[in-house]
Amino acid sequence: MTAALSDRFVPRLFHDSEKTHCNSVAWADSASVETVHILLNYSSMWRRTSCTLAIIFSASLILNALDHEHLLNSTWSGQVDAIEFNRDILPIFENSCTVCHGPAIQEAGLRLDTEIAVLVGGISGHTFIPGESEDSLLVKHLLGQNVPQMPFNETPLPPKTIALIRSWIDSSKLTSFKTTTSSENASHWAYVKPERPPLPEVHTTDWARNPIDRFVLSTLEGENLSPSPEASSATLLRRLTLDLTGLPPTVQELDAFLADSSPTAYEATVERLLASPHYGERWARPWLDLARYADTDGYEKDLPRTIWKYRDWVIKAFNDEMSFKQFTIEQIAGDMLPNPTIDQQIATGFHRNTLSNKEGGVDDEEARWETLVDRVNTTASVWLGSTIACAQCHTHKFDPFSHEEYYKLLAFFNNVDYEIEIPDGLAQGESWVVEPELTLPTSEQAIQRQVISEELDRLRNTLETNTPELDTAQYIWESEVNQADNTWTILTPIEHKSEGGATLTRLRDDSILASGLNPEADTYTITATTEFRGITGIRLELLEDTSLPANGPGRDEEGNFFLSKFDVLIAPIGSPRLSTTLSFTDVMTNDWQAGYEVTRALREAQEAGGWALSEKGSKTQGTTQSVFLPTSPFGFDVGTHITVRLAHNMKRASRNIGRFRLSITTDGDPTTIVQVPISLHSTLKTPLANRTTKEASELASVHRTLTPLLQPIRDRIQILETRLVDLEIPTAMIIRERELDDRPSARMRFRGTFTLPGRKVFADVPNVLHPFPDGQELNRLGLAHWLVDDDNPLVGRVTVNRLWENLFGRGLVETSEDFGTEGATPTHQNLLDWLAVEFVEGNWSPKKILRTIVTSSTYRQDSRGHEALQNRDPYNLLLARGPRFRVEAEMVRDIALSVSGLLNRKIGGPSVHPYQPDGVWNRPYSDDQWIMSDGIDRYRRGLYTFVRRTAPYPSMTTFDAPSREFTQARRINTNTPLQALTTLNDPVFFEAAQHLAARIFRETDPRATIAARIRHAFRLVLSREPNHNELNALTQFYRQELARLDSNLVSAGHIVSGGPNPGLSTTELAAWTMLSNVMLNLDETITKE
Amino acid sequence: MSHYPRKSYSQRLQAITRRHFFEQTGFGIGGAALWNLLGLDLSANPLQTEASESVTDPLRAKASHFPNKAKNIIYLFQAGAPSHLDLFDFKPTLQEMNGQDCPEELLSGERFAFIEGVPKLLGSPYDFKRYGQSGAELSELLPHLSTVVDDIAFIKSVKTTQFNHAPAQIFMNTGHQIVGRPSMGSWLTYGLGSENRDLPGFVVLLSGENDPDGGKSCWANGFLPSVYQGVQFRSQGDPVLFLTDPDGVTRSARRNSLDTIKTLNELHRKTVTDPEIDTRIASYEMAYRMQTSVPELMDIDAEPASIHEMYGTEPGQSSFANNCLLARRLIERGVRFVQLYHWGWDHHGNDSTNDIATALPKLCKETDRASAALLRDLKQRGLLDETLVIWGGEFGRTAMNEGRNQSKFIGRDHHPRAFTMWMAGGGIKGGTTVGRTDDFGYNIVEDPVDVHDLHATALHLLGIDHTRLTYRFQGRDFRLTDVAGNVITQILT
Repeated sequence: MTAALSDRFVPRLFHDSEKTHCNSVAWADSASVETVHILLNYSSMWRRTSCTLAIIFSASLILNALDHEHLLNSTWSGQVDAIEFNRDILPIFENSCTVCHGPAIQEAGLRLDTEIAVLVGGISGHTFIPGESEDSLLVKHLLGQNVPQMPFNETPLPPKTIALIRSWIDSSKLTSFKTTTSSENASHWAYVKPERPPLPEVHTTDWARNPIDRFVLSTLEGENLSPSPEASSATLLRRLTLDLTGLPPTVQELDAFLADSSPTAYEATVERLLASPHYGERWARPWLDLARYADTDGYEKDLPRTIWKYRDWVIKAFNDEMSFKQFTIEQIAGDMLPNPTIDQQIATGFHRNTLSNKEGGVDDEEARWETLVDRVNTTASVWLGSTIACAQCHTHKFDPFSHEEYYKLLAFFNNVDYEIEIPDGLAQGESWVVEPELTLPTSEQAIQRQVISEELDRLRNTLETNTPELDTAQYIWESEVNQADNTWTILTPIEHKSEGGATLTRLRDDSILASGLNPEADTYTITATTEFRGITGIRLELLEDTSLPANGPGRDEEGNFFLSKFDVLIAPIGSPRLSTTLSFTDVMTNDWQAGYEVTRALREAQEAGGWALSEKGSKTQGTTQSVFLPTSPFGFDVGTHITVRLAHNMKRASRNIGRFRLSITTDGDPTTIVQVPISLHSTLKTPLANRTTKEASELASVHRTLTPLLQPIRDRIQILETRLVDLEIPTAMIIRERELDDRPSARMRFRGTFTLPGRKVFADVPNVLHPFPDGQELNRLGLAHWLVDDDNPLVGRVTVNRLWENLFGRGLVETSEDFGTEGATPTHQNLLDWLAVEFVEGNWSPKKILRTIVTSSTYRQDSRGHEALQNRDPYNLLLARGPRFRVEAEMVRDIALSVSGLLNRKIGGPSVHPYQPDGVWNRPYSDDQWIMSDGIDRYRRGLYTFVRRTAPYPSMTTFDAPSREFTQARRINTNTPLQALTTLNDPVFFEAAQHLAARIFRETDPRATIAARIRHAFRLVLSREPNHNELNALTQFYRQELARLDSNLVSAGHIVSGGPNPGLSTTELAAWTMLSNVMLNLDETITKE
Repeated sequence: MSHYPRKSYSQRLQAITRRHFFEQTGFGIGGAALWNLLGLDLSANPLQTEASESVTDPLRAKASHFPNKAKNIIYLFQAGAPSHLDLFDFKPTLQEMNGQDCPEELLSGERFAFIEGVPKLLGSPYDFKRYGQSGAELSELLPHLSTVVDDIAFIKSVKTTQFNHAPAQIFMNTGHQIVGRPSMGSWLTYGLGSENRDLPGFVVLLSGENDPDGGKSCWANGFLPSVYQGVQFRSQGDPVLFLTDPDGVTRSARRNSLDTIKTLNELHRKTVTDPEIDTRIASYEMAYRMQTSVPELMDIDAEPASIHEMYGTEPGQSSFANNCLLARRLIERGVRFVQLYHWGWDHHGNDSTNDIATALPKLCKETDRASAALLRDLKQRGLLDETLVIWGGEFGRTAMNEGRNQSKFIGRDHHPRAFTMWMAGGGIKGGTTVGRTDDFGYNIVEDPVDVHDLHATALHLLGIDHTRLTYRFQGRDFRLTDVAGNVITQILT
């Protein structure tokens, strides 16, 4: 019996030993001493299981508190074991020392909470010399020999405790800091390079097909268990096809396999499936979880990004059987390879999948830092199976990664290229980090782009160049603008009212001046009449006046105003009942403030916003004005009664207009008067010769955006710009290294806090692991080589374990994300090591390892088990049966699409938007909409579905797909009612049922019996024949549904609506659809068994 | 020698079907297994309820660590961060100094989302009065809440570490600012299960213009099994995604399909020893029950006119008021954690859609009446004693006028250092106020309460020791309160 197995049942509830991250041990406190003894005995049997350590520790604590002598005499174990730091010494330090020399505070630079830290010592040097407790600084301090006695100002430790510490020092085999590789932590199995273990001898000789089976069988025999018989051919084919391609086998594949009696039929099928292009898709999926692949940035607005080329790269890498070594190097540092290919650059997208924070007010350097932190954590998690993230804030509590080493790793990534971009249209001071992108036109697109760009350059150049002809036109235009005032007729107000109680006075020039009360939100109403017909514009002039604050034209302290609504009512003179609200197509002005555009004054009353002047504009000499353009010219034959309402709907603001005037025009282009921004009015009035070059060029530039002479060019530019966008040239997000003479470095962060930078450290790898490879530079490329160095004890195990996990539902190390001391112990350490060595020596080929696994007898076992086995080994840790578990989210979808014939088998390309219910995307500050893809793009495999991190595709999440914020090594399978509702009712799945129904009919003889059709349905969906009871149940269901539908034709019509009809009656087709819906909802359908 | 615990077959089944849920926790199977190993009596473990539990239901009600004060929680999350200075925390000094330059000591070393230069102090334009026997001081913007202040404990000294919406909301919900940790509701349903067999244990209702900035991460299960994620009930379309049968599928047809699915699954179960099939059968049955219970729950038409009047509800609308009424109906049905989000409190003052003068009163109008009605309604039904109601946003707002781009509208920037939240109901001492801020409502001067303290307190009221509700993930035991958290004892009965 191995320790690993019992480990499953040791509770984690009093696991953490230190107060910081931990559970308290509340009930253990009250446990009797007797209980503690049991715990200790239990634990002493299995050292090194993660839990055991904690149990010993917790128990020691209790004992410690009870009686130190008790511990020293070791009555509990019957012998004086080698003293272990974590078990025997740490509790003493924790009780008496770590308040000052611990994770939070390190007096004298010393911390005593991990063995490595104790050894390293503080500013006074090493705390002890192994084997020489007499001369050790630590002991001197504890005894107070010529140095201050510790614990400082506290009761000294009892002599027996000091004696225990001395025994520990004297028995220590450590010699220096470097030798910590042989310490408790360092000798943790996962940090020792695996060696190919000898194959164990087994009694049963006719079962094992390959070495995997020898290891598995040996364990089984040790447990007096036998393996399960081989699964049926049909089950095996479905298992194998799902495992290697993520899709169920077709009926043709099933028939061919069942008919093939050759002894190598199975192996041939394995080869066929490994060669399938869908193999890459299936194995890309778990990698994309690790890579945290998503199509959006992840924060607030959660902006879309284009990085699908990276996904294509992963699929292709698997299909091309790229070695994991190369696969790694290209993703970590493809850009640093000599003359990197486009693909090698795209591969670096791996680390561009980080979240990217572009929320307003974000500190761009901190945002960049967060991506570096994520890159370190992800790298450690993916290649080292290590939870190094802990060390961002403090030296790892359990695994041998120091705080400093964390930043040394981070330094490798600190030299990647980026720019700080100040985005258009955002508030002042906002900026964000931008990393490089590749633009990847096809050769055809590249040519088109060049042609378009060249023409655009020419046209823009033309648009920017003045010609004598343009000068003449400008001269004429300027005089038109200058004369434009003459085309306006001022309206003489006959009534003018303030709702808020301001005094409105009509001045001689027919303008209105407000005085007296300045209410917080006033509305003015002005009426006038006109004889004009064909009125094309209404003008509102804002005039200055010395009576107004800052000379106006508004009444707020800076002379500005806020016009929230401009309304006009017109009526034929004498017929006020016929009054109508004038509608406007547009409004133009010569001055506004960003965010307070004049168009806001035309919005519906309940919508907020309004027009205000720019700071500059409200103080210039020119007249600020707006021209409102009615939808069609107006003016009654009998004359028109015009009522204008000016609303200033801003509470507590008192930003009403101070002086204004209304006029109308019948001119063909009423906007001439506002064509020159107020900031250029003085230029307009300056004679040509007196204008500065800048002024002249600004005004000329305004003219060129308006002149009819250049209209064809402007039109053409617009067309070309649209064309450029329509080319849809794909881009890819990549990593690029900056030029650097020195070794990359980074500043440490105290307790991981970005705002507390510490000293600078240089790129390096953790001490506990294998050395940096000779001949490699200490940069990101070197790191990549180091990760996949043959001496790396972790990477092979971690990688093969994931492959195993995907096939068996559980890794040989269950915590596939954590191979550290806190992770699960391997159930079959030798098997894991054998696979790891096989992997590394087999040119790091995942395909080879998969081939080895799926051709083993272990894999080929029946998964049904039996009650005794279930009782004995419920988790199938011993592997006495085949794997059986619900398939992953993407496969749930792919199975439904595949068996119904809907699946679009296209490989690669941009993400797609299949059906999604309304309202799933509703983000603040984002108008992005889910627009369903066209046609067959709706039926792509699950891994192509667009992943929006803050609003992931609902049916995927329901089946446990992560939202890809962070690297995720494994998904935990759940089984919930929401899943049932999805496969029963999600239109995607119901549509699949409709198509499956049609397919069942289409692919059977028109005169086929119900039973024959059900058999076909079974073969399509489950790749097997139904048994008698199953056939009966479904036949009965079909008949009941048919009867129901015959009496409810409306229901039948709805059920088949939108689906294909192969020529069946509606009721029959509906009944088959209901049956198909049942088939797609069977446990077996979404289970690999 | 074998060290498998000796358990009956049925007990094993329970263990297996729930293996992901309990093996790594202080509750549940891990503990049971150890006690078994040690040959100790299972019943000796007070957290052990295994004998009577359902075979396959990870949401079954579970015992708490110690007797609880409240059974359920309604959390009225005010997304966007309401201004404590205009609603709860009246500051005469700030009023007096309205319009003056902000004192240097409030600015030095400070980082703002949008404020630049030396901003002007902004007094509240609203009147404050004292209400109830407790004399709690409230703004005129909360006329309804003012009638129930004696049931409420105000915490005027909440602080957070985050000053952007998304991370702050995620922090307030998960105890960590970066997405990926389980939310409070997930922790609670993981720890306590739910008393309703036909509804999810953690329900989320949204109102306001948008979803919260933190998105679904606010109610995510993080690394906990997805069965504990918040289930969003929608006001438009299906209340729960895919709840409605496809067109033409009648209830009886659906029942018939489910019976057939069940029959086939059971037939298969006879040949396969995997108890997950039992779980699947059970989940389909619950799905069926949800199809009835959820629409019934969402149908507020039948509520009497007096209730609609009290809440200000209008059937068919998507509003905070409707959601408050739904929250009461969910709690009545034994749902463990109901969380409402109302988005829109982000009152920077860039324009009149988000200023203190027009937009803030609008938000108060949308929420005040229903919030007070909820407390009153729970009370009149005897539910307030067993329900904890929490109200609050993700941070506070500055004492200074933001004035971004010289905006003429009054508004306040994000302020993580101090803000107000309130709690009411089971175990809460009504009419209390904890904590105090300085004369500008800027820094806390008394009884600071951080996000983990709020979580610790909420868990405490539900009978959970926050340090013992843990889940092992990536080599570490995680908890909602991370490495912190103190119960706010002053507000407890």
